[in-house]
Parts: sequence; C-alpha cells; structure tokens
Amino acid sequence: MKRRRPSGLPDARGHFGRFGGRFVPETLMAPLIELESAYLAAKRDPKWTRRLRELSTTYAGRPTPLYFAERLTEHAGGARIYLKREDLCHTGAHKVNNVLGQGLLATRMGKKRIIAETGAGQHGVATATAAALFGLPCDVYMGAEDVERQKPNVFRMKLLGARVIPVDSGSRTLKDAVNEALRDWVTNVRTTYYCLGSAMGPHPYPMMVRDFQTVIGREARSQALRTIGRLPDAVVACVGGGSNAIGLFHAFIADRRVRLIGVEPGGRGLATGRHGASISGGAVGVLHGSMSYLLQNDDGQVTEAHSISAGLDYPGVGPEHAYYYDAGRFTFEPITDEEAVEAFSSLTRLEGLMPALESAHAVAYALRLAKTLPRTKSLLVGLSGRGDKDVHVVAKALGMTLE
Amino acid sequence: MNRIDDVFTRLRTTGERALGPYFTAGDPSLDVTRRLVIEAARRGADLIELGVPFSDPIADGPVIQRAAARALANGATLVRVLETVAAIRREASVPIALMTYYNPVLAFGLEPFAEAAIKAGVDGVIVPDLPPEEADPLAEELHPRGLSLIYMVAPTSTPARMRTIARRSRGFLYVVSLTGVTGERQELPRELADQMRELRALTTKPLCVGFGISRPDQAAQVARLADGVIVGSAIVRLCEERATSSSLVEDVGDFIADLKKPLRNG
Repeated sequence: MKRRRPSGLPDARGHFGRFGGRFVPETLMAPLIELESAYLAAKRDPKWTRRLRELSTTYAGRPTPLYFAERLTEHAGGARIYLKREDLCHTGAHKVNNVLGQGLLATRMGKKRIIAETGAGQHGVATATAAALFGLPCDVYMGAEDVERQKPNVFRMKLLGARVIPVDSGSRTLKDAVNEALRDWVTNVRTTYYCLGSAMGPHPYPMMVRDFQTVIGREARSQALRTIGRLPDAVVACVGGGSNAIGLFHAFIADRRVRLIGVEPGGRGLATGRHGASISGGAVGVLHGSMSYLLQNDDGQVTEAHSISAGLDYPGVGPEHAYYYDAGRFTFEPITDEEAVEAFSSLTRLEGLMPALESAHAVAYALRLAKTLPRTKSLLVGLSGRGDKDVHVVAKALGMTLE
Repeated sequence: MNRIDDVFTRLRTTGERALGPYFTAGDPSLDVTRRLVIEAARRGADLIELGVPFSDPIADGPVIQRAAARALANGATLVRVLETVAAIRREASVPIALMTYYNPVLAFGLEPFAEAAIKAGVDGVIVPDLPPEEADPLAEELHPRGLSLIYMVAPTSTPARMRTIARRSRGFLYVVSLTGVTGERQELPRELADQMRELRALTTKPLCVGFGISRPDQAAQVARLADGVIVGSAIVRLCEERATSSSLVEDVGDFIADLKKPLRNG
C-alpha cells in the first residue's frame, strides 16, 4: 500500500480550516514568522535532517518497536491489541522526539537560551535533557502546584542543569506555566528559544511539533504492515495537547478505513464538569495563541482542567485535532480517572508494562473497544510513555501509601 | 464622528498630549471602576482604556494579572463591563477603548459584541492577542458601526508589519515601547525614539505609547515623541494598594492630574 500525503495543512498562515493561526501579542509575530522560516529552511537542509535522524537513532533509541500484547488481548477477548512502544524512548516518553528537533533548531538559529513549560514535568525533563545535550541554559516554567506534586521530576530537571521556575499565578498548573513561558518569551524573544511541548500554541508550533512526532506513525504504519500483514482497524492514542496522538495518527489519515480515535481525560466524568476533555466537553475559542476547542465558561474565561494524569491536565487541545474532529476523520472518547487507573493495573499485571497514566487512557479505551470487535480485527495503541513517574499517584488512587 | 478622533483633532490644535489611563474593570468593583473613570476624566484623562479581565492575560505583568484575578473573583464579566460603560456614559463623554483578550469577545459573539459595545458607548477596542493577520472578522463588525479597532505595534515589528498596522489601525496606534509585558519600569527603552521616528515616516495617525510608563517624568519624556501616553500598571497598583481606602478615587484622581500636568501645552 502506498502512502499518500494527507492535505497540505496548515495553510501559509498556520490555519487548519478555522482552527490554529497566530493569536499572540504583536511582539511575538515577527519572531514566530522567523521561527517558521528557520524551521522550513532546516527541514530542507539534508545535513540538518541527517543529524536529527542520527540523534533519533543513537540518542533517543528509535525506531521503537510495535509489540503484540497477547495477554492483554486475551483479557479483552476481542480484537488483537498492538502497542507502539514510545515508552522505550530516552526520557521515557515520545516527548524526546520533539525536543531533539526543537533543540537542534535552537542551536541552528543561534539562540542562547531555552525555555519551556511543563505540567507533570515530562516535557520539562525532556527539554532539560536536550538543553544539556546541546549545551544551552534552560529555564522551565512549572505551576507551583505541580512543583509540589511532581518532586522527582523537579529534581531530575535540576540534575540536568535546568532551573525550575514555579508559577504562582492563576490555577498554578500547566496552563499558567504556558502563560508565564509566553511572558518570558515576549520579554527575551531576541535571545531565547521557546521549546513548546505539544502540537498546540501559535503557528508554526502545531505544525512543527507534529512534524517531529510523525515519526511515530510512520514507523507504526510500516511495522503494522509487516507484523499484522495489513493496516490496523483502529489507531488509539491519548490526547492532552495532542502531540503523541497527531504524531501517531498522521501517517494513517489518508487510510480512510483506519479509524483514528483520540482519548481525552474524562477526569471524574464529563457530567461532573471535572475533566480535561476539551473536544468532548469544550467549545471553540482562543487560548495560548491558537483557535481550537477549549474548556471555558459562558463568559469566555478559561476553566481549569481536571485529570489524574498531569500530562493531560490541560484545558485546550492542538488545532489539528479540532480540524479533523470537525471533518469527521478523528473521533474523541473520554476515559475517566478510574478507568485509566484500572487500565494501568491491567497492563502492568498482564504484560509487565507500566504505562504512563496518560497512555493508560488510550489502553483503557482500547480494552473497551477490543471487547466489541472480533479476533480478526486489530487495534494499534500509542503507549506514549512509561509509568514510573506515576507510581505515587496510582498508589494514592488505589489507597496504598509509598512510605 | 468617533470620540477618539475628536480628542486627537482637538489636542493637535492645542499642542497638548493625550493621557490614557488604564483601569482593570471590576477591580476593586465595577461601581468603583465607574467612579474612577469619571474622576479620571474630570482630572485630565483624555481617553480611557478599560481592561476586561481575562483568566489568561499573556501580555500582562503581575500587577494587571492580579487585578484581573480579583476582578473575575468579584464577578466582572464582559456583559457587566459593558453595562458599566453605559453607566459611565450617563455622566461622562470621555472616549473609552476596551482592552480585551480575544476569547471573551469570541464567546460573546463578534456581531453581538460590536452591537452591545456601540450601544453602551464604547469608542474603540484593543485586543492584545489579535494581530492584523487574524483581525478581519472583528474589524468587519466594528468598523461599519463606527467603532475603532486599535492595533498594537511592537519594537520587534518589521517595517512591512508597521506599514500594515499603520494602515489598519483606527483612532490611534498603540505603540508598545518595549519587548515585554505590561508593568512599571525604572527606565524607558532607548530605542523608543527610533521606533517613533520610523512610525512617523509611515503614518500621520496619532501614536500613543504604552508599557512601562509609570511616573510623571517618564510621561514627560514620552510626550516629546508621542501624541499620547498610556499608563496602566502604576494606576492599577495604586488601586490595589488603596482598594479599601475611602480616598481611593481621589488619590487616583490626584495621580492622573500629576501625570497630565507635563502633557499640557506640549
């Protein structure tokens, strides 16, 4: 089967249909346009792309395998479940794909400093890792509440030489860390590279981060053709900002018979209002530089997301997801905190794979879907990260204590 | 004719510079905001920037962030801010520009917003996260109704962008004096004079400078270059410090008078 290139999105101004764009202060407009041209030039430079491929292989550990989860499949008793093992990447998640690309771009642009936002600390750790690799000073903005909740990652970033700056404004979580990183960037834009962690924010970030993550889907697609002998019937990935999902889905967009399903954090349940499901439970608006679905009240104030998984605890979603949702190509399903913890336990016990709570959302939905399908069908699930970082959260959810 | 245009036409004949104080609507309360605006107009403000509080004000420094959070906690919404403008209009004719992030406007609906704003007596709208590339849908609702969409121009704006912004902006151009967020600064950026020279060569529209201006001596410096001076954080900080004082409105009025003094008779 030949792979066709799906749509030329985004357009020249960074729009995915009515979504995306650049909704930022004028101060950032010229720098964003400069970033876009620097990125497009780098992409055309064979030396640069070769260096990125080389780092992906020798540093990040690509390609990651596609694993047939036999016992998990038996447990569900339906469709065959395959896992794309991004949890085996260096730093323990797909995040490294993005930071290597952006880190290489930052050095190419001659920037002297890297900044990033982080929620749980995964993107912060990945950025701190890339900053160490490329020899750049790194400041990571992290909500003060998350600094408290994610001490091990805070320490990791410090060990890697980064400075972690707690953000005390607003809800003191990821959304506010993005605000503060944007404010830093507005102030230091001439010298500083902002390494945004997901396929969100103003153009060119949704495009650029997607491009750095599409390696997941390209590998997975050819691995599926090799191991399953055909394309999977559905591809399932969790969606916070949506970088691992868009990275996994992108290669399958033109394969019309493959269902592409994004799994959103249902938190305590959509009906409770305490969730992070921007598409299933939000409305169209503008946050952090792009138009997409987001959680907001009637007055257009952004509301707080709730999820057991800090990496999905974000009130927005990348604009390309919004576009393909409206177009009917992607569907989105919520999974609650409880279901995610249950899936975490199942995968850990049945396969010896401890998934990140983010990824556990995708596993939970895949289990539900597999049960409804015959054994001749197959599901490809994005195992975006490993779960060691979440053991304390899971312990608490299961009523256990660590100390 | 638009009240903003009137002000600059009048000031140009007298050689005066405009003072545009900024208030976060709803801090400490919408009723006090109404009194502050009326007092400001009485004490020398030529146009008012009324900030609509937003949950995620990425262009604002800590002082205005805190004010927005307080205003939201006090129940300020775009609807209620517009009601406040209507209430001000019964007592004062000072031009009012709403400074609002885009999402509250989108949630309101662009057309209903434009209708409600003109009905309330708003004269202009400034949207810090809406660059010209994304502004057509809003401009198309505002301009036919006689409302000015005022654009910001930044030190990082390229000459081509400056030209576009100069052409599109109505009422005046909001010149962001520095690369950064709103907030008081000890020194004015040295590049401001060059930035203003470049803009003067591109447009005859009034230029108002904002960001980082907090003292009368700084206002005086800027007045040598600009048609208007916008002061935000210093006023909002005063509102924060004197929130519970019975002399709040009078104190802010005194500060406005001090800021306006060096702007008279250019």
